[in-house]
Amino acid sequence: MKLVQTMIKPFKLDEVKEALVELGIQGMTVTEVKGFGRQKGHKETYRGAEYQIDFVPKVKIELVIPDDMEQRVIETIVRAARSGSIGDGKIFVSELKTALRIRTGEIGDGAL
Amino acid sequence: MKQILCFFAWSAVVVASVFCGVADGWAQDGLPGAIDTGDTAWILVSSAFVLCMVLPGLALFYGGLVRSKNVLGTIMHTGSILCLISLVWVLVGYSLAFGTDVGGLIGGLEFLGLMGVGEEVYPGTGIPHLVFMVFQLMFAAITVALITGSFAERMKFTALLLFAVLWSVCIYSPLAHWVWGGGWLGEMGALDFAGGAVVHISSGFGALVCAMVLGQRKGHGVEPMPPHNLPMTVLGTGLLWFGWFGFNAGSALGANGGAASAFVATHIAACAGGIGWMVAEWMRSGKPTVLGLASGVIAGLATITPGAGFLGPLSALLLGLLAGALCYGAVVWKTKLGYDDSLDVVGIHGVGGFTGIVATGLLASVGGQTGLLFGNPGQLWIQLVLGVASIVFVMVGTYIILKIVDVVVGLRVTPEEESVGLDLSQHNERAYS
Repeated sequence: MKLVQTMIKPFKLDEVKEALVELGIQGMTVTEVKGFGRQKGHKETYRGAEYQIDFVPKVKIELVIPDDMEQRVIETIVRAARSGSIGDGKIFVSELKTALRIRTGEIGDGAL
Repeated sequence: MKQILCFFAWSAVVVASVFCGVADGWAQDGLPGAIDTGDTAWILVSSAFVLCMVLPGLALFYGGLVRSKNVLGTIMHTGSILCLISLVWVLVGYSLAFGTDVGGLIGGLEFLGLMGVGEEVYPGTGIPHLVFMVFQLMFAAITVALITGSFAERMKFTALLLFAVLWSVCIYSPLAHWVWGGGWLGEMGALDFAGGAVVHISSGFGALVCAMVLGQRKGHGVEPMPPHNLPMTVLGTGLLWFGWFGFNAGSALGANGGAASAFVATHIAACAGGIGWMVAEWMRSGKPTVLGLASGVIAGLATITPGAGFLGPLSALLLGLLAGALCYGAVVWKTKLGYDDSLDVVGIHGVGGFTGIVATGLLASVGGQTGLLFGNPGQLWIQLVLGVASIVFVMVGTYIILKIVDVVVGLRVTPEEESVGLDLSQHNERAYS
């Protein structure tokens, strides 16, 4: 199993979710987060005073998938989340030791 | 014990009767006149309009500009001042401002506790004395509340209450007397239709001293402190604008042509102020902002206040545009000077109020008054005296009051309380959960 964490532009959330559901993903966890990458922050102006806002709002999606879906999931996220401009986000994939469905006690791919 | 209480009660009755007698005599000596129902209705409504400027208008305007951890503390400043200063005004403030003149400097004590302020007509108007008193009460309340923007997010609540009472009694009442209550500035012929000096210069320059004495907020200039809810500020702007019609047009003290003229000048200056600020900001920083438009509207309103009943429509338009651009410049300049007038009371009310006082000396043309450009050069000089005297009196007085409050209770919250925020540290509640 793999844990996929992806940080995307908030307005791309719906597109990414639709695409992943179409692919057969059963569930995901979404969090509103702030951070910066190479995009850095942006400037805001209030009554002539400029503020450098370092942390940009993003949406983080976490999903756990069977190993054989890794490539398709990554391709789907990239296709749906890309706007082409700076700040489109990142995808991180890591090995996952186990998964368990609390209601039934199923373990592994069956728990997803 | 019971005897002592009886004695006090009896003394109070005697003192009250004396005050009543004196005040009744004064009222009967005034110009004879009958109550005008139209005038009375308009000033009653205007008084409620000005209340709406304080709460919720100013509370929302300021509340939206602070960080979310301080929004209740900021609203509490305005709300508690409204309640407290209303009582102070009833007990002593009104008498000091509008009691019989003593040496051009202060009003007599005959109206303490509103003794003798009743339903009889107020001299020179068609409204009951009580209506005049309550209309002025709202002005007293909003003036102190305006100052709170300069020390937002860091003033200790007990210090705020003590400061408000001392400032209202020692600064607001005397200044209102000088200009409106038969004092020396009014006698000189100084023109301040609805409070450019009494309300806006006094709150604006009082605010400047507060910002300097209290010092910057922790992290000022280092970490961003953006407004937490600009729609709230815009809502407050709209309520202030609405209430300002009572503030300015009500200052005609009647439902008449003067009120109509002030009403129209007020609206024109508000709109021109918004456009003036927006364009100046657009040219300088590349984007017009919502906060800029709202700030410009308030700048235009503050600036037209002293001349609302004396300026024609085109003069109001010109003054409004100038006010918007000038106050924007002042606020930008403040950022460079580095003092932390957190919500820009100085840049908007101080600069706007002084500009309006001087402009009235230049542009007055209606309401039986004329300024320099309409053939009366002397008026400009009188207006300058009014502006400068108000600034000096307010700044010195505010400084002394702050020092006293600092010694008695301490002005600022602790650094820890400041970083937690006023909502939790001063009031044990939070606005958003």
